[in-house]
Amino acid sequence: MATDTEPPGTEDHPLGGVRTGTRAAITAPHLRTDRWWLAPAATAAGLLAFVVYSTWRAFADADYYAAPYVSPFYSPCLAERCRTMHAGPNADLFGSWWGISPAIIILIFPLGFRLTCYYYRKAYYRGFWLSPPACAVAEPHRTYSGETRFPLILQNIHRYFFYAALLVAGVLTYDTVLAFRDEHYRWGHMGLGTLVFLVNIVLIWAYTLSCHSCRHIVGGKLKHFSKHPVRYGAWQFVSRLNGRHMLLAWASLVSVALADFYVYLVASGAFDDPRFF
Amino acid sequence: MSVVDRQEWDVIVVGAGGAGLRAAIEARERGARTAVICKSLFGKAHTVMAEGGIAASMGNANPHDNWQVHFRDTMRGGKFLNQWRMAELHAREAPDRVWELETWGALFDRTKDGRISQRNFGGHEYPRLAHVGDRTGLELIRTLQQKIVALQQEDEKETGDYESRLKVFQECTVTRILKDGDRVSGVFAYERESGRFFVLEAPAVVIATGGIGKSFKVTSNSWEYTGDGHALALLAGAPLLNMEFVQFHPTGMVWPPSVKGILVTESVRGDGGVLRNSEGKRFMFDYIPDVFKEKYAETEEEGDRWYEDPDNNRRPPELLPRDEVARAINAEVKAGRGSPHGGVFLDVSTRMPAEVIRRRLPSMYHQFKELADVDITAEAMEVGPTCHYVMGGVAVDSDTAAARGVPGLYAAGEVAGGMHGSNRLGGNSLSDLLVFGRRAGLHAAQYATGPTARPTVDDVQVDTAAAEALRPFSAEGPVPGEDIEERSRPPENPYTLHQELQQTMNDLVGIIRRESEMQQALKKLAELRVRARRAGVEGHRQFNPGWHLALDLRNMLLVSECVARAALERTESRGGHTREDYPAMERAWRRLNLLCALTDPTGGLAATDPVRGQITLTSETTEPIRPDLLALFEKEELVKYLAEEELYE
Amino acid sequence: MSSYKARFKVWRGDVQGGDLEDFKVEVNDGEVVLDIIHRLQATQTPDLAVRWNCKAGKCGSCSAEINGRPRLMCMTRMSVFDRDETITVTPLRAFPVIRDLVTDVGFNYRKAREIPSFVPPADLGPGEYRMMQEDVERSQEFRKCIECFLCQDTCHVVRDHEENKQVFAGPRFLMRMAELDMHPLDAADDTGLDRKRAAQDAHGLGYCNITKCCTEVCPEGIHITDNALIPLKERAVDRKYDPLVWLGSKIRRRSS
Repeated sequence: MATDTEPPGTEDHPLGGVRTGTRAAITAPHLRTDRWWLAPAATAAGLLAFVVYSTWRAFADADYYAAPYVSPFYSPCLAERCRTMHAGPNADLFGSWWGISPAIIILIFPLGFRLTCYYYRKAYYRGFWLSPPACAVAEPHRTYSGETRFPLILQNIHRYFFYAALLVAGVLTYDTVLAFRDEHYRWGHMGLGTLVFLVNIVLIWAYTLSCHSCRHIVGGKLKHFSKHPVRYGAWQFVSRLNGRHMLLAWASLVSVALADFYVYLVASGAFDDPRFF
Repeated sequence: MSVVDRQEWDVIVVGAGGAGLRAAIEARERGARTAVICKSLFGKAHTVMAEGGIAASMGNANPHDNWQVHFRDTMRGGKFLNQWRMAELHAREAPDRVWELETWGALFDRTKDGRISQRNFGGHEYPRLAHVGDRTGLELIRTLQQKIVALQQEDEKETGDYESRLKVFQECTVTRILKDGDRVSGVFAYERESGRFFVLEAPAVVIATGGIGKSFKVTSNSWEYTGDGHALALLAGAPLLNMEFVQFHPTGMVWPPSVKGILVTESVRGDGGVLRNSEGKRFMFDYIPDVFKEKYAETEEEGDRWYEDPDNNRRPPELLPRDEVARAINAEVKAGRGSPHGGVFLDVSTRMPAEVIRRRLPSMYHQFKELADVDITAEAMEVGPTCHYVMGGVAVDSDTAAARGVPGLYAAGEVAGGMHGSNRLGGNSLSDLLVFGRRAGLHAAQYATGPTARPTVDDVQVDTAAAEALRPFSAEGPVPGEDIEERSRPPENPYTLHQELQQTMNDLVGIIRRESEMQQALKKLAELRVRARRAGVEGHRQFNPGWHLALDLRNMLLVSECVARAALERTESRGGHTREDYPAMERAWRRLNLLCALTDPTGGLAATDPVRGQITLTSETTEPIRPDLLALFEKEELVKYLAEEELYE
Repeated sequence: MSSYKARFKVWRGDVQGGDLEDFKVEVNDGEVVLDIIHRLQATQTPDLAVRWNCKAGKCGSCSAEINGRPRLMCMTRMSVFDRDETITVTPLRAFPVIRDLVTDVGFNYRKAREIPSFVPPADLGPGEYRMMQEDVERSQEFRKCIECFLCQDTCHVVRDHEENKQVFAGPRFLMRMAELDMHPLDAADDTGLDRKRAAQDAHGLGYCNITKCCTEVCPEGIHITDNALIPLKERAVDRKYDPLVWLGSKIRRRSS
């Protein structure tokens, strides 16, 4: 008949989390039967590949200019040691004391933008930090404080990187315009590289504008859309882009690497830029 | 034995749906310490299932709307059997109740000028239903839930305890209302989680437990709808009114079998959906009854024009009151013109662009996609009648919601009878919950905090209630007064009993009724009643669903008998009560209410004789409708409903 | 109509312990996991504890973990599984278990109470509210929430770290804060209540690392992360991490 209904005492399992004493006694850290590890593994592999490639290219300090194309990794080029790019993105702000690759100066900004991007945060928290590796799969860490403390609290400065990313995107747009010249700097020409740059700049803009901070700034912060119809329209546009933020993040990552690689191939003489006209 | 926890409160609200929560808010705001008891988790009540909207004549969509029009629609929908004073109060107060929700944070869909948008619904002359997509019930319950939390936060600021003046006992079930003489003295309840019993002492109890649908096999109602409040009131000595009127919603899902009965909102039709039979015919045009002939379109073209220009066209017959549509679908299926799975086709896919369907009917789109793998933007739905609502319920005073004959007992929402007459209009349920929930809370608080002395709880009643609740655990053992043969039988499985009960009610006291079948049903109910006394359960008291069902069986058997007896008695067809052997509506029956009371008010439930049963039926003549309210109708219309002598009184 | 016998593993037990039990049970066309659990109750284990209500995905009661994924049992069709697959059903693993598939979700109700309620505008009476559809739409999305608490269950902040339950409200209730902050007529500001700051300081918004599991499991398809949590984080940034604002407030404090 009736049993004792007093709740029994509970002790905590040393592992904690889903194995805390009061929870259903299941020792497995998760019971998922699908290939949950595939997504974080693929993400980690993709990001790692980019990191390796971009590190090599950023420190190479060579083969980043093949008239009229300048590698997006080296634009704008802000040190004296930069190659002179005819009417290109040269601005000697740092002078001669900057002794290493000038790419490092400028790459901070797109790197910071992507590092603090809400999508990439998800990607590397899951892929590298396993926090969590996948939904309802226990993470391996004993404690967790998220983005409440230094250094991760700095993720909150994403929007300043967004502003910087706007400027960088502006410069890259300028570079793309310059790509409508031939190798003798005459206007009105196009090559395969021009096309590569065009695709890249469209994706860079789409990614940059689809940013959550951008969405907030253009209209998300408003309480009454109805009083700001223009910003509401802009917000709707950005929201639509924002729905594809992940896709754009990967597409633009690949396209920027490809654009750089294209310049490398042409600059190093491994490949001749086919000219259309 | 009576070492159960006891607590003192001023008002106890049984049920945490729309009516219960609204009552609790009102009672607490009037200064009464209020406890809410609900079977499910807080915020999960059946009210979330309401889809279409809240009927209130705010006149936002059509400025001609006002409470008088709403009152007229409600009376017509209920075939004039409504407790007219309730219908009047409901129509007058509904707009205030809706507006009040906005001040608690509700976000209804808006009109172009920023007011609450209102949509069309069956039986309503103007677009009248305040709504949020097709999840209005969820918005209502969440708003009330959040208002309760807001009140608890106020109390916490003042007293340091969130629950000092308003407490929700979730996942607890009341099995008995306790009495001190005639008066209410509290409730006896158990906690599902632990199985522990407890008593809440209070001078006033508001019953707001909803309906009885779980007594039927095909129903849109959840497991909670076991007629608890109806049975509690009966057992406490309060009569039930007009229990024969059970609404079968015309459009429930019919396939797959596991979701049979789940509701397809009336907004599908309100927004342009049409009903077709297997021949592709919009058959509703053949089923417009005489009393509604002037109000409904005669051709498809006129019906279609109405959606755009309602002032110069009549509405399509798909928007007739629910009882008419349900009967029509039933008839089409019987005539062999049904869909493959025994329903008819409800089509929006050819009437609206896919994107509009997804925006206006998001949860229907979702429901069919997920549960039936049907894309309603591309193909028609299959639908058929499903048991949806009981118009009958606790007989209450119109103004105070006080149950008859038991001081301190109140009832509001679906469990209360009278408001909707013989058939409820869509959208009138949510407004009913708010209007009469508030009134019940108000009057319960006034009564409880008034000058009368607090009642005392009788230990014997507590012990009896505890013994009754524990009986399923010892069903094998001997029961005093039973013969040997009875004793040697194995215990009954409550799930089996429940299935048999549902089948019986569905087949024999369902949408179309016959005398012989109902007599058969009463016999079957008597047999089930005997077997239910032997319903046994395994395991222990901690969250044991078998035990809970065994206890709920008592309530379902009681209300089922009420429905069957009253249905057998009423020899006419009206609203939610259709007799094949008496197909016409009789004007003489309009003035007659049927009341069910417990045959043995001492609480004995032994009556196993199918003829006598547990329920005694009496009939009473209703109060004449107030002349100024009658004057709202054209004489020609009244002639169809009212007897000669009523017209000239 | 075809039916077959499916293999199920259902966790049975209570806070003192328990285990996965094996069952073989009949499955018919069009059924969902909850139907199978009900069949187990009716035929094999009458006291199997399970919470459910509407069986139509509207009430959010029948939350459980099916093959390790937080889901509503009533909205998980059997047809998504292979017929020879063993289907594992366990209670939610972020909350204390009560019995079998029923857990103590009190955490969520405690958190709900801590969120400051809607503040009605002082100058508007009932019936005087005017709000435009485009202004209510964002909050309306969040009000679709059926409080199934699957997001609360899957969020690793509390699922994997019991101690964080003190400081973290969870996605459902941070979304509630976003809902109120975006409500066009909420007058919290007039009473000195800063919801953005409160979300960050009192309800643990900073614990969220936007890994989006809440969005992934939401049966209502609410974009919890993109539309509620991230916008709320951005709003908190406006208040707390904007150096210009910060500098401005420092200077103002100095000069006063």
